[in-house]
Formats: sequence, C-alpha cells, structure tokens
Amino acid sequence: MELPLVLLIGVFFAAAVYLMLSKFLVRVLLGVVLLGNGVNLLLFANGRVLREVPPIIPAGHDVPVTLTANPLPQALILTAIVISFSFFAFLLVLVYRAYQDLGTDNGNEMRVAEPENDPLPPTGY
Amino acid sequence: MTPDTMGLTFLAFCLPFLGALVAPALTRLLGHNAAWPLALIPLAVFLHFLGFNAEVARGEIVTGGYAWVPSYNVSFSWLIDGLSLAFLLLISGIGTLIVLYAGGYLKGHRHQGRFFSFILMFMGSMLGLVASDSFLMLFVFWELTSITSFLLIGFDHAREASRRAALQALIVTGGGGLFLLAGLLLLWNVTDVTQLSLLMSFGAEVRASPFYLPLLFLILGGAFTKSAQFPFHFWLPNAMEAPTPVSAYLHSATMVKAGVYLLMRLNPVMGGTPAWETILPAFGGLTLLVGAVLAIRQTDLKLMLAYTTVASLGLLVMLTGFGSEYAVAAAALYLVAHSLFKGALFMVAGLIDHETGTRDITKLGGLRGAMPVTFLAALLAALSMAGLPPFFGFLAKEEIYVALAGGSLRAIAFTAAAVIGNGLMFAVAFAVALKPFLGKRVETPKHPHEGPALLWIGPMLLAVKGLVIGIFSAVAHALLTSPLASAIAGKPQTVTISAIPHVGAALLLSALTVAFGIVIFLVLDKARAAANRLVEDIGWGPDRGFDQVMRGLVRAAVSVNRLTQPGRMEVYMTATFAVVALALLVPPAVYGEWPRAPVWPANIPFHELAVMLLAVLGIGAVLAANNRLTAIVALGIQGFCVALLFLLFGAPDLAFTQFMIETLSVVILALAMTRLKLTPRDHRSLREKIPDAVIAIACGLGFALYLLRVTQGRFDTALTDFFNLYSKTIAHGANVVNVIIVDFRGTDTLGEIAVVMVTGLAILSIIRIRKGGKAGGEA
Amino acid sequence: MNTLIFRTVAPFLTALMVLFSLFVLLRGHNEPGGGFIGGLIAVSALAIFGIANGIAAVRKALWFHPMAISAFGLFIACLAGLLSMVFAVPFMTGLWVYPVILGVEIPLSTVMLFDAGVYLVVVGAITSIALALEAGDDL
Repeated sequence: MELPLVLLIGVFFAAAVYLMLSKFLVRVLLGVVLLGNGVNLLLFANGRVLREVPPIIPAGHDVPVTLTANPLPQALILTAIVISFSFFAFLLVLVYRAYQDLGTDNGNEMRVAEPENDPLPPTGY
Repeated sequence: MTPDTMGLTFLAFCLPFLGALVAPALTRLLGHNAAWPLALIPLAVFLHFLGFNAEVARGEIVTGGYAWVPSYNVSFSWLIDGLSLAFLLLISGIGTLIVLYAGGYLKGHRHQGRFFSFILMFMGSMLGLVASDSFLMLFVFWELTSITSFLLIGFDHAREASRRAALQALIVTGGGGLFLLAGLLLLWNVTDVTQLSLLMSFGAEVRASPFYLPLLFLILGGAFTKSAQFPFHFWLPNAMEAPTPVSAYLHSATMVKAGVYLLMRLNPVMGGTPAWETILPAFGGLTLLVGAVLAIRQTDLKLMLAYTTVASLGLLVMLTGFGSEYAVAAAALYLVAHSLFKGALFMVAGLIDHETGTRDITKLGGLRGAMPVTFLAALLAALSMAGLPPFFGFLAKEEIYVALAGGSLRAIAFTAAAVIGNGLMFAVAFAVALKPFLGKRVETPKHPHEGPALLWIGPMLLAVKGLVIGIFSAVAHALLTSPLASAIAGKPQTVTISAIPHVGAALLLSALTVAFGIVIFLVLDKARAAANRLVEDIGWGPDRGFDQVMRGLVRAAVSVNRLTQPGRMEVYMTATFAVVALALLVPPAVYGEWPRAPVWPANIPFHELAVMLLAVLGIGAVLAANNRLTAIVALGIQGFCVALLFLLFGAPDLAFTQFMIETLSVVILALAMTRLKLTPRDHRSLREKIPDAVIAIACGLGFALYLLRVTQGRFDTALTDFFNLYSKTIAHGANVVNVIIVDFRGTDTLGEIAVVMVTGLAILSIIRIRKGGKAGGEA
Repeated sequence: MNTLIFRTVAPFLTALMVLFSLFVLLRGHNEPGGGFIGGLIAVSALAIFGIANGIAAVRKALWFHPMAISAFGLFIACLAGLLSMVFAVPFMTGLWVYPVILGVEIPLSTVMLFDAGVYLVVVGAITSIALALEAGDDL
C-alpha cells in the first residue's frame, strides 16, 4: 500500500519546496500550505497505513477487537493541522500587511530593516 | 577556626557587596558625607583581618569556608596566610582611605552614590580574589575585578576616551582571564585538586608534568595581562581616564597586583624551574625599563605615576621569578612599600588636579604655600618611592639589591636593569613631589588652596605609614613581611633588613641609583625630549595595535555578516533546502542504506488511486496557476484530497478536521486575495527555475526515499499498544485519538492551544498597528 | 452570494451548526469528534453568518470579544489540569465523577472540561482571525 502514498508525499514535498524557493511571498505562502499537508501525510505514513478501521473501541469492549489504524500519528496530526492553519493565517496577514505598507510581495524588495548599502558600523568606542 | 569567627569572616567578605547595595541610597540621603559611614565597611573588614595577624605571624594558615557546589568540588572557602593577609590588609586599609578620598573628590557629582557602589563591589571582588582557597572561586573573583574595573574606568562614560579605556581594560584583562581559566582547569586536571591549600603539596608533580609549559604560558597569560606586563602594559596608563580615586586604588595598590599575587601564590608550586626563572625576570625586567622610560616622557602627573606603576609591577614580577631567598623577601617588602607610596602619590596628584584644575607638571609650580599639607604628604611618599632612609621604600630597595647583586652575567644584567629603573623612578618621584610645589607660582585654571580633610587624610596616612614602618621595621617584619615572604617562598623565612644603612654592595648600588636619579631629575626636560624622540622613532605601539585589532574585528564581522546575511530571502531559502536535500540524500549514499526496490502493490482500490491522482492534479494546478481564483481552487482540491485520504485510511477525526480547515483556508484566502492585487504567477526565468527545480526534486526524492526506507523496517508498536490497551480501562474513552489528545498527551495539547491563541493575538495586533495609527478602532 | 435567501437561512444554519459542533465536542471522547473538530465547525458556522449578515452581526451575536473567548478556553483548560492539585495527583490527571441527574448517570470529568477549553480556544482564536480578515478594505 505504501508505494503510491510515498510517491504522493514526494510530489507534495517537491512542489512545496519549489514554491517556497520563489521570491514572491504569495507563492511562498502556497508552498507553506503544501508543506504542511506533506508533513502530515509523512507522519501518517510513518505510523503505517491500514484501511478503513478507525481507532475506536467498540461498546462493551475494553480494547480494540480488530486491528485498527494507528491512533498515535493521528493524534499528532490532528493538532498539527490546527497549528499549521494558525501559522498559515499568520503568514497571510503578514504578507497582506507587508503588501499594504510596501506595495510589493517580492521579498527582495523589502529592505526596510536591511537597506541595500548599509554603511559600516562605527569603529569608534 | 571557631564557627563564630567563620561566620564573621564570611560576613567580612560579603560586607562590601552589601555596602554596594545601600551606597546609592545613603548618598542620596547624606550627600558626599556618606563617605564617612561607608568607610566603616572597609575599616571593619580591616580590623577583622587584623585579628588574624597573631596566628599568621606564628606561621599558621587559617582556612575555613562553606561548600557551594559540592558535586563540582566548588566551595566558598578561604586561605589566609602571610600573602593573603598582607593583601587583605592593604585592600581594606587603603580601601578605607580611598572611600573617604572619593567622598571629597567627587563631592557634588551626580553619580557619586553609583561610584561608591562600584568601588565597594570592586573591593569585595578583590578581597575574594586574594583570599579564595578554591581556585575556581579565585577565577570568579578575578573576572569580577575585571568587570568592576570596567565600570570604574568607564565611570565618566560621556567621554569617548573613557569608554575606550574601559573597553580596552576589559578586553585585555578579560582576555587574559580566559587564559587563566584554561590554565586553572589544566592545573585541576594535572593535580586533581581545586584547593590552593592542597595544591601546595603537589609542586613536584606539577613541575614534572608534561603539561608544565602550556600550563605556565596559560597562567602567565592571565597574570601578565592583569599586571600590565610588557607588551600588555598599554591598558594601565589609558585607565587613568578613570577618576583619581580609582587610579589610586585599582591601578596602584590592588587590581594590577592581582597578577603579581597569582605568581607569588603559585611560586611554591610552579616556581624554581628554568622556564619560570627565565620568563618572569625577563618580562619583568623589560617591563621595568619600558615603564620607567615611558614615565619620564610624560608631563601629566597621573600618567607619570601610571608608567612608574607599570615599572614597579615589572620589578615585582622580576623579583618573584628571580629565584633566591632575598628576592622573595625583596618582593614582599616592595609589594607593601609600593602600595603605600603609590597610593599616596596618586591621591596627591588627584588633589592637585582637584584644587588647581590641571595635572600638567609644566603648568604647575609654587603650590607649597597654598597646599602645605599636600606638599608634606607628597614629599613623604616620594622619599619612600625614591628609596631614601629611613623610609620603607629604602628597605625594599636595599633588599632588592641584596637579592640581585652577584657576579654572574644574569645577576649583573638584572642589577643594571634595576638600577636604571629605580633611578628613573627616583627622578619621577621627585618630579611629582617637588615640581608642582617649589619654584615660582604659576597661574592655574583654578585658584588653589588646601583641600578638605576628606581629601588629604588618605595620602597623609599612607605616607606617614611608609615612614613609621621604615623606622619600626622589626615589628613590621615580624607581623607582616616575614609571613608574607614565607608564603611566597613556600617555606619559613625571616626578613631582617632595617633602616640603618650597612656598608656593602647593596648600599653602593643604592648610592649609584640615587646619583643617577638626581642627574635625571636635574635634566628632566632633556630626558623627556630624548624619551619622546625614542618613542616617536619607534612609532607603532601596542596601544595603536589595539585600535587596529578592534577595527579589523568590526570589518571582519561586517564582511562575514554580509556574506551570511545578504538580506535576500531566496538565498536563505535555497541554502536551507539545499542542506535539507543533502542531509536526506548523502547519509544513505555514504552508508549504503538505500531502500529496497519497491513492488507496485497489486490490490489497490481504484478510488484510492483516483483520489491521489486528483491531489497531484491539484498540486500541479497550484504550481501552474496564473490567476488568484485558480490558485485558491487548486489549493482547495489538494486539501480535500488529503482529507479524503485520511478518511479512507481509518482516520475520520483527521478527515473532518482537515475538511473544516480547508474550507476555512479557502474562505480566508479568498477574502485576502480579492483585496490583494497580486497574481500567483511564477516570475522566475528559466535559468532560475532549473536550479530551484533541481533542489525541489532532490528534497521530494529525499523524503520519499526516507519514507520508503522507514516503512520497510520493523514497526515498533509498543506505544500504540499502550494507548489501545489503556484508553478505555484507565482513561474511560473509546475514541483512542481523542483520549491521546486530551488525556494521555494533554499537556502537549495545552501548549498547542496556547500557540493557537497566541497566533490569534499576534494577527490581531499586526492588524491593529495599522488600525491604531489610523483611527484607533477595534479590529 | 449575499442573496435574500442566503441571508434568511444563514442564522438558522448557523444555529444548527453551532448545536452540531457542541454535539461533536461532547461525543468526542467515544466517537469521532472532539474539541478541535467541534471548534472548527463552530467557526465555519460563524463564518457563514458573517458572510451573510456582516461582521458587526457576528460580534453582536458573540457578545464577548473572540479573543476573550479564546483566553477563557485556555483558562479552563489550565484549570482542568490544575484541579488535580486539589486531589494531590500529578498535573493533568483525569478525574471523573458520575452524578445522577433526573435518573440518568452522567459521566463528568476534567478531561471533558479540558476538551471544552480546546473548543473555546479554537472558536475564539480562529473566529478572531476570520473576522479580522473580513473586516473591510483596510483590514
């Protein structure tokens, strides 16, 4: 079962990295979303994949009766999804505000903090 | 030591620091008169340690202390023998006078309280340094003196020269401190003890150790920088930028002697070897000559004294390393004598500066009428410095010549150095003590009159002490100098020299010194011109070298920064992901840990493949999107596909969450993007695209291979079994995922929801920065 | 999107979805669901309400500032953990009581309180983000 999923995860990572290597923040933002999904799938596949049996203990039993999906990566991913969404929203607002103030989403044109020809720091005491 | 005295001694070490805490408040309350109550602190310390005099004079060593970090063998413990006691008494005794002097000198200064605080902190550090038994504690106090002296030298921080001097002192002595630390750790390694008192019995092992030479160089690196030995002498004259009480205290009597203290302390352990007896006298002698010549060159009273201090420190180092019984006794005598007369002369120089507004010897003259008490103090101190009988300085100088005089080439060379150095210092002593007071009255910026008692008590007492010790030398030898010499030598010694001149080689050399000194004094202006020419011919000095090093450091830092932080995002990103790709692909290549060739599984349901294919299509559409709407829709497609995959693989919780999140993402993106006049079009040229694509594909391949390798390995189900087994029985929940989130790993989740909340706050504040600037409305 | 039908239906839809989100939250311990999912469903409900009737209506309906809701959620989540202090057991130990109300045994636990905290944090924080982004041209 793993092979198609492995290939899909590879595609996710490659696309995310390619987008994040762009100078343009909007594309970087899209890359971050893809990276988040890629990482989640990676975690999921690391815990091995089983089909269609959610890790829920049936009523009247104390332990799962059949082999169920691995609950641990699911718990990790569940919070990761929410966190990566918060992160995405934060980045989006940053990009938005940067665009409003600087009129660009090209990272290289944002040189307010690091001006292009920064003078030497003073060598006095 | 009884528990009572132990507690009191501990209190004595803490008292200066406690005083530093209350000093600013006290000064605010009492003004400059705060000096009187504050001087009680060092006085109490002085009296307390004076109480040990009888025991130490009997040859006993007083130790005590408390465990601090027992697991590292670090204790706050002290070792009081002749050497530490002499230093303790000098530090607290002169400290008392300095506090009083500072009360008068900085009267009305806005930050006088801060000054008292600094000087008391320094005093506490210095007391700790000379009394520490554990040499790790010694190092801590050593560094504390560097830091407090930085604060004191830079006290007048509005002036650049002051800041430079402070930084220079900190870098030179702090850098030396690092050498010392390495040396002490090596010493710990070699002997396996951390107590100086125990170290004394390991002398033979240390000297025979293969690490002896590196050890020696490291220790000397610390001692020579602290005690301003050539070529590290330059920071001491620069430190004269500090207010005069600081110069009189730190740079004559106490801190600069810390290096000498260390050498004397380690003399019984490390001394006696050819390396020790070559390096120490050689550097000491050179420092003596350089310091004396440079002192002649100056016209500023404080600088003249500063360079003679350099020379005196050289003399002390030379004597410590010379390696004869008399040399040790001479070092002991000169150590005490120098602290007394140099402290006094510095205070006199400050007093003259305070009353006349200048320290330039060529602009001073005829002050004897206006400042008779100061004149007397200066004269008494100068007589001691010049080494004339019956002053203490005479004893020291006689003993020096007794120690050095000999027939060998080595003895002759060092005797010559001593005579020249002492002769030059003789001239400087009288230049400082006589020139400003005698001769015609010269107009000065301020109208001079005798300073207040606070200012002349200190120099007067120190100068008189020099005379008293000289006359009653037998008592001083029994109580102070003999134990001191014994501690330096590491075996019992008695100092017997007295102020009554006795005919011999030493007296002859003394006479020669005096004659040379008088000649130089008479032709001082010419000698000064000659020394100036000499220095100008050489041109470059370590002081200028320091500036060059500092500038070079800034330039190097800037160029490294420009290289690693160009401020171009794609450079950072490219570097990061290139390293990620390498980290994923290189180790399997090196260790041959590639995954086995996978087989395409036979029984994959069609709908799963279809969902995956759809996800790939979505990703492709995101990459290729040329307008906002396409990008948003494409992003939604891949997200929903991921949600479907979760659902298909038995993770309904994940599927629902992912589904909701994707919906919200699309909504939010649509809200923002419709107002953002931007297209997600790829602006890269083909030349940029290819390397980016290579890195991206390498990363993707790396993760895929890694995952393949992992899934081919054995799966450890211990954790999964644990959660499945106890989810219902202990945590009473059937949904194992939810139980893990809210119960088993609840603390983790608590952290995560805190992050979610903080993100919300951050977004709100980013928006409000703009809003607040405009209308102050609620976002 | 802002049609009459949508505007009329939106409040009812929102109410239903919020109710559903509470249901998902409460059954989370034994069936698929829980605080995160429930919270996200509630946020979606509020987002729909906001798109239909404007953010002012959402703010009014919420009564509290969304970040205050979020902070309250974090507070009760911490409280759920700290309650174990009273019973001298380690931090975050689950505590259960089974009071019988109207003849039905109802299991109550600190774990459930914690999950409710998660729910409120998610609702508050993400609603706040969504409202901030919806709030007009100058954001």
